[in-house]
Amino acid sequence: MSQASSSKTMTIGESGLSLMFAVTSFLCVVAAAKAVDAPFAFHASLGAAASLAAVFVILNRYFDRPAALPAYEINGRPNYNMGPIKFASVMAMFWGIAGFTVGLLIASQLAWPLLNFDLPWTSFGRLRPLHTSAVIFAFGGNVLIATSFYVVQKTSRVRLAGDLAPWFVVVGYNFFILIAGTGYLLGVTQSKEYAEPEWYADLWLTIVWVTYLLVFLMTLVKRKEPHIFVANWFYLAFILTIAVLHLGNNPALPVSVFGSKSYIAWGGVQDAMFQWWYGHNAVGFFLTAGFLAIMYYFIPKRAERPIYSYRLSIIHFWALIFLYIWAGPHHLHYTALPDWAQTLGMTFSIMLWMPSWGGMINGLMTLSGAWDKLRTDPVLRMLVVSVAFYGMSTFEGPMMSIKVVNSLSHYTDWTIGHVHSGALGWVGFVSFGALYCLVPWLWDRKGLYSLKLVNWHFWIATIGIVLYISAMWVSGILQGLMWRAYTSLGFLEYSFIETVEAMHPFYIIRAAGGALFLIGSLIMAYNLWMTVRVGEAEVQSPVALQPAE
Amino acid sequence: MTEHSDFDQISGRTTTGHEWDGIKELNTPLPRWWVITFYLCIVWAFGYWIVYPAWPLVSGYTSGVLHYSSRADLAVELANLEKIRGDKMVALGAASLADIEKDPALLALARARGKTVFGDNCAPCHGSGAAGAKGFPNLNDDDWLWGGTLEQIMQTIQFGARSGHAKSHEGQMLAFGKDGTLKKEEIVTVANYVRSLSGLPTRPGYDAAAGAKIFADNCTVCHGDAGKGNQEVGAPNLTDKIWLYGSDEATIIETVTNGRAGVMPAWVGRLDPSTIKAMAVYVHSLGGGK
Repeated sequence: MSQASSSKTMTIGESGLSLMFAVTSFLCVVAAAKAVDAPFAFHASLGAAASLAAVFVILNRYFDRPAALPAYEINGRPNYNMGPIKFASVMAMFWGIAGFTVGLLIASQLAWPLLNFDLPWTSFGRLRPLHTSAVIFAFGGNVLIATSFYVVQKTSRVRLAGDLAPWFVVVGYNFFILIAGTGYLLGVTQSKEYAEPEWYADLWLTIVWVTYLLVFLMTLVKRKEPHIFVANWFYLAFILTIAVLHLGNNPALPVSVFGSKSYIAWGGVQDAMFQWWYGHNAVGFFLTAGFLAIMYYFIPKRAERPIYSYRLSIIHFWALIFLYIWAGPHHLHYTALPDWAQTLGMTFSIMLWMPSWGGMINGLMTLSGAWDKLRTDPVLRMLVVSVAFYGMSTFEGPMMSIKVVNSLSHYTDWTIGHVHSGALGWVGFVSFGALYCLVPWLWDRKGLYSLKLVNWHFWIATIGIVLYISAMWVSGILQGLMWRAYTSLGFLEYSFIETVEAMHPFYIIRAAGGALFLIGSLIMAYNLWMTVRVGEAEVQSPVALQPAE
Repeated sequence: MTEHSDFDQISGRTTTGHEWDGIKELNTPLPRWWVITFYLCIVWAFGYWIVYPAWPLVSGYTSGVLHYSSRADLAVELANLEKIRGDKMVALGAASLADIEKDPALLALARARGKTVFGDNCAPCHGSGAAGAKGFPNLNDDDWLWGGTLEQIMQTIQFGARSGHAKSHEGQMLAFGKDGTLKKEEIVTVANYVRSLSGLPTRPGYDAAAGAKIFADNCTVCHGDAGKGNQEVGAPNLTDKIWLYGSDEATIIETVTNGRAGVMPAWVGRLDPSTIKAMAVYVHSLGGGK
């Protein structure tokens, strides 16, 4: 795409995208004017403003840039594109803190319902999806986009494909988050867990996600390495499968094209099955495959050791991809879902145990010969502990999918504890570790501002996680046992409200654990901020970097 | 880039020969225990598929050698429960309320049954300790809107108050202000009169005679000449210290202005007759039963 001629012309991307955004802006104004409900008018206005801003930014960038686009290579070395990665990293930290804060608020609401404040916008029902989406899709998603764009460039030795496309992906994705999040607060939801955003947000995400897939694929196609690095298999599986899941779970018919409400095409138990096929594989491909990709790059990089086993990585990758997609029905044990589907969900979950642990083995054993570094490098310790949490929750998951266990654990806090050992311990810690590595690399700093603060973050957050998950284990099992307790006369021993009263102390402990986790992330944000602001610059970057665009 | 495999001193293994951004991969074989456990899980899954319903067919599914069905399983569990409860609940259903009061075994059964059912059905309004809340009567005291004998309590539980059921208790506090029956000053006056009935202080300058007159003209039909209430129409006794909505002047003015018509749902059809009977016994036993 480098241009030979010296006269400056607009690229197809620049002219096409600014035209598209101009049209979108006009359409959004029409939609805002004809909107049948207030939230839709608000979102259409946001869309109009953002599209207009996009036109302005693209044109401004065109007038400011030199005639030639950034070269793919400078002096035979790849000219990596780090701008969009910096943006996504900053957004990840921002959304992370926002998501953890809302999590702490709703955990406190469960302990002290007064904190709902009797307002619709601050009620648990609206804040809960705000929390889950903020941590999974906003925090996790930005970490995944940032690291995938970084890793695919470095391990393919080629600049990210596209000129505006990578920026479109990171900014477009965060605009989706904004629409989704404000929608929840205004009561816009299609009431599908982890797929709450309404039809127009879904459509926008589809465009962004397909662009993401294309940027990633085209970068791989242009790679300078003969083989595709293992992390990139996992990233590609994550991006591709999330696209399929998103399309499968969200076909909906809007009541009006000028309104936010829509109805899902699926009905009844089929809808439930689609929902948990989606929901479980959001865990499998977003929160597992994507973050395993992070593990496969950042752990060997930080430990400066080769990956333990190539063979294990290829076997567990394909086993994981093939088996995960079947496991969804275990979310619907003892429901209207036919028995045969429940059996398949459970048995595939059991078979999934070892493929999951393959990743854990490869992550932990990569440390052989470098275990001593755990004493001195808290970032590596964070990465390794995340793999340990991964191993723990991928054992717990198959166990909870067994029907007899599930009959005790289902609908109880045990599930919440299980999810958070994975979310806080695995996804959280591996993301923190990756960001601690990434920020000094991106901003050309010798190292982090303070390893001591990383150490504090590590311990405070670890204590928080332990408090959280042990409180939920005890609370969940207690809850499950109370629900099923019968008196000798054959009546239920406890009324529902008695079980709620019994949960109260554990809800307080859980909130305390969440508070510690949040404090840890604030320490992290400060540390990263100081790294960028006052960190010692890397004297001579080994690769000439393009200044941030 | 090196394409020949290196030897890694620390692990004693060769690498695959590729390198990406400084990362290499070792040629370590699959851990034996990992492979064996993986195979065992797969074998176990195949075994489970043979025993239990597992794979969809063109019409129907493989039902497995056990022909297991969670629906049938549930039916068995419910039947077992019925066996435990069965005779006793039949006895409870057949016994009259008076009989239950006399038979200690039946009474204990009814109270045990009533307690859990109360927790799941009544506690949301009346509180888990049955102490009530604003607009929801306290069931521990001996002040009853619709009567506190066993039969009366059971009648209320069955059909409710203003529930829409044909046999429901009816009668409501009228909206004297909203309907224009009484003027604002008259309402303030009568509110103070009502406060005086239970010995509460009245505001300075309040005209007691006028209050008595307004009360006699408008309120005595339901609340009685002395304000002692009438359980036939659910009109509360205004001379005691127990207030459903509150005894301060502002609340009483609000009550007289806009009226009150709290709803107690009918439980007949939602709970079976012996359970309702058990609940009546439980509520009666809370302390205020007559």
